[in-house]
Amino acid sequence: MAQVYEHPIFPFTAPPELLEGRVGNAPVCVVGAGPVGLAIAIGLAARGIQVVLVDDDETVSHGSRLICISKRTLEIFDRLGASAGFAEKGVVWNKGRLFFGEDEVYSFDLLKEDGHQWPAFVNIQQYYAEDFLVRAAEHLPNLNIRWKSAVVGVEPSSDHVRLTMETPEGRYDLDADYVVACDGASSFVRRTLGLAFDGRTFQDRFLITDVTMQAEFPSERWFWFEPPFHEGQSALLHKQPDSVWRIDLQLDQSADPEVEGREENVRPRIERMLGVDAAFEIDWISLYTFRCQRLQRFTEGRIFFAGDSAHQVSPFGARGGNGGVQDADNLAWKLAAVINGDAPDALLASYDAERIPASDENILNSSRSTDFMTPKSQAVRDIRDAVLALARDHGFARRMVNSGRLSVPAVLDGSPLNTPDVGHFDGLMRPGAAALDAPVATSDSMGWLLHQFSGDFTVLLYLGDAHDALPDDWPHALPAMVNLLVIAPISGPGVIGDPEGNVRVRYDLMPGTVYLIRPDQHVAARTRAFSDMWLKGALARALGNGGDNA
Amino acid sequence: MSALVMDDQTAAPDDLYQALVDAHEGLVDAESRQLNARLILLLANHVGDLAVLQEAAALARASVLHDRPDD
Repeated sequence: MAQVYEHPIFPFTAPPELLEGRVGNAPVCVVGAGPVGLAIAIGLAARGIQVVLVDDDETVSHGSRLICISKRTLEIFDRLGASAGFAEKGVVWNKGRLFFGEDEVYSFDLLKEDGHQWPAFVNIQQYYAEDFLVRAAEHLPNLNIRWKSAVVGVEPSSDHVRLTMETPEGRYDLDADYVVACDGASSFVRRTLGLAFDGRTFQDRFLITDVTMQAEFPSERWFWFEPPFHEGQSALLHKQPDSVWRIDLQLDQSADPEVEGREENVRPRIERMLGVDAAFEIDWISLYTFRCQRLQRFTEGRIFFAGDSAHQVSPFGARGGNGGVQDADNLAWKLAAVINGDAPDALLASYDAERIPASDENILNSSRSTDFMTPKSQAVRDIRDAVLALARDHGFARRMVNSGRLSVPAVLDGSPLNTPDVGHFDGLMRPGAAALDAPVATSDSMGWLLHQFSGDFTVLLYLGDAHDALPDDWPHALPAMVNLLVIAPISGPGVIGDPEGNVRVRYDLMPGTVYLIRPDQHVAARTRAFSDMWLKGALARALGNGGDNA
Repeated sequence: MSALVMDDQTAAPDDLYQALVDAHEGLVDAESRQLNARLILLLANHVGDLAVLQEAAALARASVLHDRPDD
């Protein structure tokens, strides 16, 4: 099979535990160097935490697997110093088209407004995504990546977790204060702890093929219900870098995976879609059924589960990998704050409180998309087909067409870290929401709002004029872990400008409005009536000290 | 002037679709057809306005006939 990408080999080097024949120690061990494990490891190491990241392989992902990197994931990778490759290599897309039979039913735009650094999605093969993250990780002195190191034993105790590693040069033990299991859907750590992983299994079979070809399709997500080239089923087409195209074909439930996965049987299906004269090479074939399921809890003592080890979704909506990266972003700052002594252990409980509802949202959306594509009875198929037929002419029906509700950052409504609003606010930036980007002006150039937030907490203060005084009761010094960002219509000394008013509109700002933004760039609190007490209370609450500002 | 409301009426289209699907859970085809018929009657009574009902019926009929295969 054709492959453009050359897989790097990351050599195994014997760690001190093996060389010196002793048990090792680490504040955190992250298991699994996929996108989620890498994101957590980088997020922790960048905050000064010593991290050991182990992976049983010696290279990045085989096969392209996840391909749709969401805007939110790109913003997170940007913060991790790993985004450049995605901007250079990735295929940008914002639009999708939907077809029913021979007809285009409608098209949609996932990013309708200007003024964002990143598009709705960038498509890129998973091996590139992991490659870029590994390159960013290699620069971090606190991050020790150990390849060809498979976890073969997990022994939790009250003050640490003992992991047994198997390597080409033998076994050793590592005592970690905390473990983050990012070892995928068939997680060894999860199975070793005997944790139930329950949910719903879908019977429908899908055939994923990556083909290399020169084609004229635009950089859009194209989805067909019952296309002429694949009768009675659905089909999905995505563009990837290196002239690779992802084709996802729904098969009958009765399809034999061994037979259908053979290249000689895949090729005619692709030819019916692309035309018999189409010149293409098949890079990768995967036949799958899927499950939507999750752990009851994502935290077991000192062990955290993130990504597919914690929850699994169907691929429609690109909510698996992108949801996992949001787990990583959520956990990294909290675990770092607790280890650094900046927050009580209680902060760690908010990982479950925030990410379990987010996971349920992803499971609900991806289950519904799958159900829409694969009606379970004639009656349901009738309703589905009626929606598609009416969607040609009627907007209300278009909104019911579900070929995937594409990943957006979860709004952490109901989080114990949120402080209720003080004063009335409109717009999307309620406590728990992921901060929206916007163009801003620094003294000498244009930049992006999200780049102005610090790696810790940010207090965003809006002034009507860059020369206006700070609000009454402004503290002489902000609390530790809090950095100040002042925004005004026109920039000034120490003040970021909002010349187009995008920040003001998106955050519903008025002179004197203050936001508290978390390290993961979710809104923690906002007020129309700043006081030092409000800030102290909101910060304490956002650090897990709960309740005293409710 | 049209009496039938064609604007989006729901903030949660996926919930609405799911409610219709859930109503058919566990029914055989004949029961599903009866469910649809009874559902239409209940909603028609709720709407109450004959002009609205006639307009919706005409629109649905035209849409179905549009998809009739050519002879």
